[in-house]
Amino acid sequence: MKHLLLGDEAIAQGAIDAGLSGVYAYPGTPSTEITEYIQLAVSRQSLAISCRWATNEKTALEAALGMSYMGKRAIVCMKHVGMNVCADAFMNAAITGVNGGLIVIAADDPSMHSSQNEQDSRFYAKFAMIPCLEPSNQQEAYDMMAYGFELSERLKTPVLLRVTTRMAHSRAVVQTVEAPKAQNTMSMPKDVNHFILLPAFAKRNYAELVAAQPTFVAESNTAGYNCYVKGAKPQKAILTTGIAYNYLMENYDPAMGCSILKVTQYPLPTALVDQMVQDGAKEILVIEEGQPVVEELIRGMVPSEIVIKGRLMGDLPRMGELTPDSVRAALGMEALPTREKEAIVVGRPPALCQGCGHRDMYAALNEVAREYAAPRIFGDIGCYTLGALSPFHAIHACVEMGASVTMAKGAADAGQHPAIAVIGDSTFTHSGMTGLLDCVNANANVVVLISDNLTTGMTGGQDSAGTGRLEQICCGLGVAPEHVRVVVPLPKNMEEIKNVLREEIDYNGTSVVIARRECIQTLKRHLKSQKAKG
Amino acid sequence: MKKDIILAGVGGQGILSIATVIGEAALQEGLYLKQAEIHGMSQRGGDVQSNLRLSSEPIMSDLIAKGGADLIISLEPMEALRYTEYLKPDGWIVSSCVPFLNIPNYPELEDVLARIRAHKNHVLLDVEALAKEAGAPAQAANMVLLGAAIPMLGIDHDKMIAGVARVFARKGETIVNTNIAAVEKGYAFSVR
Repeated sequence: MKHLLLGDEAIAQGAIDAGLSGVYAYPGTPSTEITEYIQLAVSRQSLAISCRWATNEKTALEAALGMSYMGKRAIVCMKHVGMNVCADAFMNAAITGVNGGLIVIAADDPSMHSSQNEQDSRFYAKFAMIPCLEPSNQQEAYDMMAYGFELSERLKTPVLLRVTTRMAHSRAVVQTVEAPKAQNTMSMPKDVNHFILLPAFAKRNYAELVAAQPTFVAESNTAGYNCYVKGAKPQKAILTTGIAYNYLMENYDPAMGCSILKVTQYPLPTALVDQMVQDGAKEILVIEEGQPVVEELIRGMVPSEIVIKGRLMGDLPRMGELTPDSVRAALGMEALPTREKEAIVVGRPPALCQGCGHRDMYAALNEVAREYAAPRIFGDIGCYTLGALSPFHAIHACVEMGASVTMAKGAADAGQHPAIAVIGDSTFTHSGMTGLLDCVNANANVVVLISDNLTTGMTGGQDSAGTGRLEQICCGLGVAPEHVRVVVPLPKNMEEIKNVLREEIDYNGTSVVIARRECIQTLKRHLKSQKAKG
Repeated sequence: MKKDIILAGVGGQGILSIATVIGEAALQEGLYLKQAEIHGMSQRGGDVQSNLRLSSEPIMSDLIAKGGADLIISLEPMEALRYTEYLKPDGWIVSSCVPFLNIPNYPELEDVLARIRAHKNHVLLDVEALAKEAGAPAQAANMVLLGAAIPMLGIDHDKMIAGVARVFARKGETIVNTNIAAVEKGYAFSVR
């Protein structure tokens, strides 16, 4: 069957067709559509696949490891920075190994279209010493799910599949299999001690992982996804990985005669690199999407007189996404004739929707904050980060999921008053709850303002883990019930909201103000579906 | 056959529906297709674009090179101009002339339209007024724009209409018909 699929959807369909039993994920651009596609397939076709959103990437990976422990196939999906959140589970899953196939999918965002950094997840695979797959197109992304599960089960290791924005969010026709593979039946690990990482067992496991490295390299050398073609003029060689291969081939003129090594599976295929050198390579241009991972690694693999070119050496831009244009320039080809950029065009930054509750929340907060000499407002990750921009200019920091709460605490510890955290409901349950417990334990003089829109808004309105229970959660963590306040962010309630904020700022201790009103995007959708039902 | 198309607009205007219809018709034609989209934060009222590539030969890059686009289809005039460096020297701009005003420093509209008119190959049309004339709701303005772009797409008019019918089929006959009326209105404007 042929389908027009986003890269994310190809991954999802590939996983379903390979006998998936569970997808575990927290929404994050550009990875969200993988899980959404599976959820839709499950609801339409009544598939028996666990697919509820997880509270964060760490709980997601741990649940997937549990599924794998029981012999079934699981995937974990996240944006690149989610790898930092689940790094503890990820690194140690490499030590336990797996029973059922386990694929961790990281969607990197070079050029930071919707992210705060452009870290390259291939480093994590290298760090954990496990195989990594990097498909170059949507069909490979689909095919690599069945292959990845098979590889994971055969080598008893988790596998990282790394994609980037342009693969995740680009559509192409994908050929799928006629019938999905049956799910694995439940089976216990042969050696249960493998999953008990007491030092004695962990040392043995780690020794096994180290000993398995040549096997992983051998897989890369012989796997069909890596391919090397000797050129007619092999002094010039090109090593390209994943989606970067497409930018090469878009521009490549066969008359150039370069040797080309395409890498889509790691660790690097050393035999193929050696072959490229033996064939006479004097210069290797490394074209890779993301950070110069391969460009650094290859320096230790080839004779030092070989010239290595790439992002580190300035032949390609050091930062940001590759383009057909930047790769064209690196190949020494002239740019296509084009037109000037139009000077009249001005920027159109994203903005909070008209009618959004975050707007009313910021309007009230800004007015109250102005009453204090030096307020500090620590923001967090979500639509409300846009409160940093015009017209609000409301927040003074935004770092990573949950940091608003704990940075406000640290600032209060340093003597700052008022120290205010602004965090969304989904981000709060993702990584803010533990920080709030720190605040309670120290009776830190902070106000945690939870802007609760009852959804995970910025990624398109996914379920939020704590919906309907935020007051209980905050009280349960130990915030005094009289300092857990709820307001409705609407213009007509402005005076009330301001009074509540003033009272809680002036209270010398930890307080929570929940500004709760449904996201207007999900509200529109709910009204529309109600109307359709009559 | 090879067409590289940039679809442009403001988040929420509906450029992806245009891409869906063209993609549907292209697949029926047996063409290769790649379509890169923007999701996430920039959808909130920011500028959005999609690179749509059609070809009778396999397509490598998901992105169009600067100077490589045959056509810019834009639901907003200033957004059409944002991507002119991607346009071939003889490429086309098909754009709505109705500005989307959600920023304080939007340039003078007449200056924006003049810059589009300075391109030899352009079609500027009021997609919202034409949708209304076609008896279609404002949401079908993007289909008027699609209609206006049909002559430059390299896909037969009737096959595009069939594509519209297939894409909207599950929404019922009335919606199919109003969308086809909108497409025809734009097409008539373009070939007049």
